[in-house]
Amino acid sequence: MTAIAPALEDTASGIDLGAHADGHHDTQSKVTLGFWIYLMSDCIIFACLFATFSVLRHATAGGPDGREIFDLPYVAVETGCLLVSSFTYGLAMLAMNRDDRSWTMGWLVVTMLLGMTFVGMEIHEFAGLVAKGFGPDRSGFLSAFFTLVGTHGLHVTAGIIWMMVMMGHLMRRGLTEANRTRLMCLSLFWHFLDVIWIGVFTVVYLMGVAH
Amino acid sequence: MFGKLTLAAIPYQNPIILGAVAFMVICVIAVLALVTYFRFWSTLWNDWLTSVDHKRIGVMYIVLATIMLLRGFADALMMRLQQALASAGGPGYLPPEHFDQVFTAHGVIMIFFMAMPFIVGLMNVVVPMQIGARDVAFPYMNSLSFWLTVAGAILVNLSLGIGDFAKTGWLAYPPLSELHMSPGVGVDYYIWSLQIAGIGTLLGGVNMITTILRMRAPGMTLMRMPIFTWTSLCSNMLIVAAFPALTATLAMLSLDRYLGMHFFTAGSGGNPMMYINLIWIWGHPEVYILVLPCFGVYSEVVATFSGKPLFGYTSMVYATVCITVLSFMVWLHHFFTMGSGADVNAFFGIMTMIIAVPTGVKIFNWLFTIYRGRLRFEPPVLWTLGFMVTFTIGGMTGVLMAVPPADFVLHNSLFLIAHFHNAIIGGVVFGVMAGMNYWFPKAFGFKLDPFWGKVSFWCWIIGFYVAFMPLYALGLMGMTRRLDTPHNPIWHTYLVVAMIGAVIIFLGILAELVQIAVSLRNREVLRDVTGDPWQGRTLEWATSSPPAYYNFPTTPIVTARDAFWDMKQRGVAMQPLGTYHQIHMPRNTATGLIIAGFATVLGFALIWHIWWLAGATFVVAFGVAIGKSFDEDRDYYVPVEEIERTEKRYFAQLPSEG
Repeated sequence: MTAIAPALEDTASGIDLGAHADGHHDTQSKVTLGFWIYLMSDCIIFACLFATFSVLRHATAGGPDGREIFDLPYVAVETGCLLVSSFTYGLAMLAMNRDDRSWTMGWLVVTMLLGMTFVGMEIHEFAGLVAKGFGPDRSGFLSAFFTLVGTHGLHVTAGIIWMMVMMGHLMRRGLTEANRTRLMCLSLFWHFLDVIWIGVFTVVYLMGVAH
Repeated sequence: MFGKLTLAAIPYQNPIILGAVAFMVICVIAVLALVTYFRFWSTLWNDWLTSVDHKRIGVMYIVLATIMLLRGFADALMMRLQQALASAGGPGYLPPEHFDQVFTAHGVIMIFFMAMPFIVGLMNVVVPMQIGARDVAFPYMNSLSFWLTVAGAILVNLSLGIGDFAKTGWLAYPPLSELHMSPGVGVDYYIWSLQIAGIGTLLGGVNMITTILRMRAPGMTLMRMPIFTWTSLCSNMLIVAAFPALTATLAMLSLDRYLGMHFFTAGSGGNPMMYINLIWIWGHPEVYILVLPCFGVYSEVVATFSGKPLFGYTSMVYATVCITVLSFMVWLHHFFTMGSGADVNAFFGIMTMIIAVPTGVKIFNWLFTIYRGRLRFEPPVLWTLGFMVTFTIGGMTGVLMAVPPADFVLHNSLFLIAHFHNAIIGGVVFGVMAGMNYWFPKAFGFKLDPFWGKVSFWCWIIGFYVAFMPLYALGLMGMTRRLDTPHNPIWHTYLVVAMIGAVIIFLGILAELVQIAVSLRNREVLRDVTGDPWQGRTLEWATSSPPAYYNFPTTPIVTARDAFWDMKQRGVAMQPLGTYHQIHMPRNTATGLIIAGFATVLGFALIWHIWWLAGATFVVAFGVAIGKSFDEDRDYYVPVEEIERTEKRYFAQLPSEG
């Protein structure tokens, strides 16, 4: 499922193969709509994983529950990184609208670094749990936890790779129409992951500790 | 080095499997030889395999579906033969572990690799033309979608000769599909073929929705869209909303199997019933994904061949949308016996019965369209009439089972098998046959032979009733599904009759193949030069047959619901234009084919735990996709002279009255 993101990034540029003799004018709207529909389907994958997590929340099979393994301050820092990265991506889009390629790329780099910090922290959290014997094969609860959080993490990783490819596009061609469309789709993707994470933070971590 | 793969994976000790494999290999070699003999390779590669033309991709989808129909039907014949033999006493000719693979493969192939590609193929061929567009929104992604579906089909067929297929039934319920109960590669073949094909289907859904919402000809408002386009839109919305649930469910099952997780295991906190809920959240909408476009076909056929506008267009649209929404609110009726409680069962029972209302609206709309029309009994009409009778019976047995207490008796019995074959053969198979007979002249420029079309229809419908009515009776007599040795002499006669029915259906399938061959030979007699062989009403008939790759020399302007009929009434249809403008078109590309090729190897490597190969093909497939995004030369302009030449040739053939 995470496989789709880069494939669509590629499609984003393939999409302008047009139907109308007069060509390009509606390309961006088609690409953005298509990408939005894809995001909604991705949203349903997350909905299934959230539902599964809710069902298996108490299926700890004698293993730890959320209260024992979640470190809220740590996750709060993670969350902060991701939320700020959404803001910096917004700044990249503002720079794009000013036709300022260097600042667009600059803010993309900042966004990417924040994203990498987020993924790094998540890997660290996972590694710590596995080391303690609380891996995904320990219980239904941990399977659901690792899969939901990990799927989000894979998406963020895909977003980071996409940003790297995006830098290549920007260096090669600059802020062309096609690249603006790509930046727009990546923007949707990145903010979407933020929204999903707010759900994860609430449903998995906050409610996990409260229970 | 090769993971779990050893020479022992090849079932050389089983003569039945070996015979089937040998037959398939001979077929493939024969096709390759013929292509070479007729020096067809460059045409095949340049004009078909690498094509991004929606019509050609659609045709290739249908070719895939037809091949898989033969494979899936062979499985059906094997099951009927086994049950007919074994019910007389004795073991029959198939051992249980082989019989279990056969019924699993039959279900998987018929739904995912026969019905789906056929439907998607029809939508691909027809929808862009019906809305006056030149291609789909994302042509290269369309090619990728198709080839990913092929990749899934290849994996399913590989399982015949290398390893085995799932022995779990077509939805692979856990805990049976979990590692400790199914330690072989069968379930892994199942998972990865469906995951890869599923991504293709999902991307296709995104593509088709965007096409319909963004690329309609000027003047074609939503309420002027042909019904087939409407039903395709709803069907693709269902694809985008339902297939991710399948992806997520199968992903969780594979995590259980590959990483020892506990989503659906019987112990350690897993919950097998959750799988059954999740998979039916995809599974029930899936049947509407299949049948809605067929409802669209029937609507087009009935209106065209009655020579009347469709009765109750607006109610037809609303009925379609109602079914789309309701299809997500009934999934639990597949497992009333799970024990969710009386109130939950009652809710889902009532929702299920409510679906019969919009479906009934449709049936009456078709009947009232025919009423006082001048119906021409061409093959598409026969399929439609056969559908209306058969599907109504199937619908009624469905409402019967929607009553939870009745379902407790009928659950997993042959009554259920008879019901859903009644709905899917009567609804979907008849629909794609009607669609193929109806649109074939548009795609190829000549009609299908009507005599053999009628032979095929009568064999199918008679065979259907002979094959499945006994199953209703057997279900009521207590015979459950998937029995490899149904040792009960009372059932024997019924099972023999059912087998005879299956043979009659097989004659119907053969008649279809004969129909195609005969039509190909007599194509000059069956030729249609006007592009409008049936006195059509919608835009796909407004251009030549087969259409030029750009479909329309200029974008049509729509002023009424049956756009082409309206043009003919106003005398503006099929008129040559004074001047043409250059047309912006996508270039063909092999990228989709290449990515899907690597995806096939990736799937194979994952099935056999060949990790280095899985990693390598994954990286390469993504590298190719990313590399493609740097290719800026993906479209071109068709010069005006070429358009003028093509259009002049078409108009020169037209009868002089215009």
